[in-house]
Amino acid sequence: MIAIEHLSFHYARSDFTLRVPALTVADGEKVALVGPSGSGKTTLLHLIAGILLPDAGNITVGGTRPAQLSDAGRRAFRIATLGLVFQDFQLLEALDVLENILLPYRINPALNLTGEVRERARQLARETGLDHRLNHRPGRLSQGEKQRTALCRALITRPRCLLADEPTGNLDPPAKSRVLEVLFEQCARARASLLLVTHDLGLLSLFDRAINLGELSP
Amino acid sequence: MKHVWFLAWQAIRFNRLQSAILIIGLAVPLYLPLAVNGLVTRYQVGLLQRAVSTPLVAGGLGSRFDLVLHALYFRGNVPRLLRMADVEAIRATGYAAPIPLYVRYTARHAPVVGTTLDYFTFRGLQLARGEQLLELGDCVLGADTAASLKLAPGDRLMTDPENVFDIAGSYPVRLCVMGVLEPSGTPDDRAVFVDIKTAWLIEGLAHGHSDITTTNTDGSVVLNRSATNVTANAALVEFTEVTPQNLSSFHFHGDPDQFPLSAVIPVPKDEKSATLLRGRYQGPEATVQILAAHSVVEELLGLVFRIKRFFDANAALVGVATGLFLLLVVLLSLRLRRPEMETLFRLGCARGLIAKLVAAELLAIGAVSLALALLGAQATIALVSLW
Repeated sequence: MIAIEHLSFHYARSDFTLRVPALTVADGEKVALVGPSGSGKTTLLHLIAGILLPDAGNITVGGTRPAQLSDAGRRAFRIATLGLVFQDFQLLEALDVLENILLPYRINPALNLTGEVRERARQLARETGLDHRLNHRPGRLSQGEKQRTALCRALITRPRCLLADEPTGNLDPPAKSRVLEVLFEQCARARASLLLVTHDLGLLSLFDRAINLGELSP
Repeated sequence: MKHVWFLAWQAIRFNRLQSAILIIGLAVPLYLPLAVNGLVTRYQVGLLQRAVSTPLVAGGLGSRFDLVLHALYFRGNVPRLLRMADVEAIRATGYAAPIPLYVRYTARHAPVVGTTLDYFTFRGLQLARGEQLLELGDCVLGADTAASLKLAPGDRLMTDPENVFDIAGSYPVRLCVMGVLEPSGTPDDRAVFVDIKTAWLIEGLAHGHSDITTTNTDGSVVLNRSATNVTANAALVEFTEVTPQNLSSFHFHGDPDQFPLSAVIPVPKDEKSATLLRGRYQGPEATVQILAAHSVVEELLGLVFRIKRFFDANAALVGVATGLFLLLVVLLSLRLRRPEMETLFRLGCARGLIAKLVAAELLAIGAVSLALALLGAQATIALVSLW
């Protein structure tokens, strides 16, 4: 569960200030986050992930307040609790699909890369239709396949909460549908909360509810 | 750390062209000083070993470097020759046993070393095949010479003419290969050893021809005949090879005490004898110089090392310039890979781990470069040694 109270944040040398009086995402809930460009959608995801720290207010994710953790604690929290999906996939070009999925286990000493984890990565790849691409590097994948790889990478640690920043923004309609279908299926299977930023209002009906960030700020 | 190495290796493999360029760019400036140092050290050890095992070298007055290089490594010519009488003079002092050397001719470009059997004992040279020098015209080959000329005991080896256009010069002599020496890793491996008399035979101080003293000789080759002397013309054919049939016809002309030598290795009884012997030949009237080979070689190496210091400074400057270029390349590469680093950070990777990743890549590239440079330097040293 994600809970935000009286959140306030502003970038140095910027007039923009993000204010969120209250926002809650329940376990297993699928929430779309919409709003005009520059309303702070990506910033909010970064605050929830602990990549940025709020000026004021509280953010609680699964009972943990990332702002109260040390740098190392926030990194561990991010890997253990959250799954992040970005609009531009952000896959490592040097690694094949399987290794991109396993990347969180290679960059966090707290996570143990076992045979069971490898099998889970292959299982995720099978479920997302990537099993024939496991040994291919991102350069040889379609946009939809790249995003599904990024999705598998976000899910491999079994996160309690998935934060997706316009994951379908660069995809054509068929690929968009396939990625969302996989995303919802995997979140439902893991009972993970989903907070997804989108500009595509046509997708809102697929979510449990939508939050317009522009309307939240006082 | 294994995950760091794994990711570093993946990045190197993915950027294989850039990595290869970096490796080569780093390996070349590492290779040059390593190869130069290796070669110089090898030469130093080789030169010093030979010099240490040869306490004294005697020769005519002139460049001490030329004399020592000639006597120890059979290289170049000496400015002045000695006479056989000088050997006897050294022997007469009672301080040393002199081993004569006459190195002037070559056989298929290998130096022909005229000496006595004492030389083999002095150097500890052992026969690998065949027999020792027995008669005039015999030769024993160093291991490298035998291998490169593909010669074995029983084969024949022609000496090189001194000057093909000088019909009055010394004629080539066909030597009989009697034996091949065990490899010693010294200049002896690249030499052709003959008895000192055979060296004089090549010089033309001895020769063999058909007997013209008897009355049944072909009259067309005789210019003048008296009761005590027969003079032949140029039509008289001289033998170019010593065989059992013509061996007895070979004879020397002139005073053996005046026969030439290029150097002498006096083997002193002890250190005191060596000092006393050197003292004997240090007067202003001396026509022979006796040198401590070790001191001369060390002096020579001192000159080499002075030049090497220049190369070292040059290598250091090239190293600094290369280091700066590499730093620039790495910084530009990091800038290009910034999104990748940002992704790792967002996914929860510590900045320190990202730094370790970059360091591991650089370390791997550096290690491969160093390994290549070492291998290249070793190969160069081995090749130069063969050559």
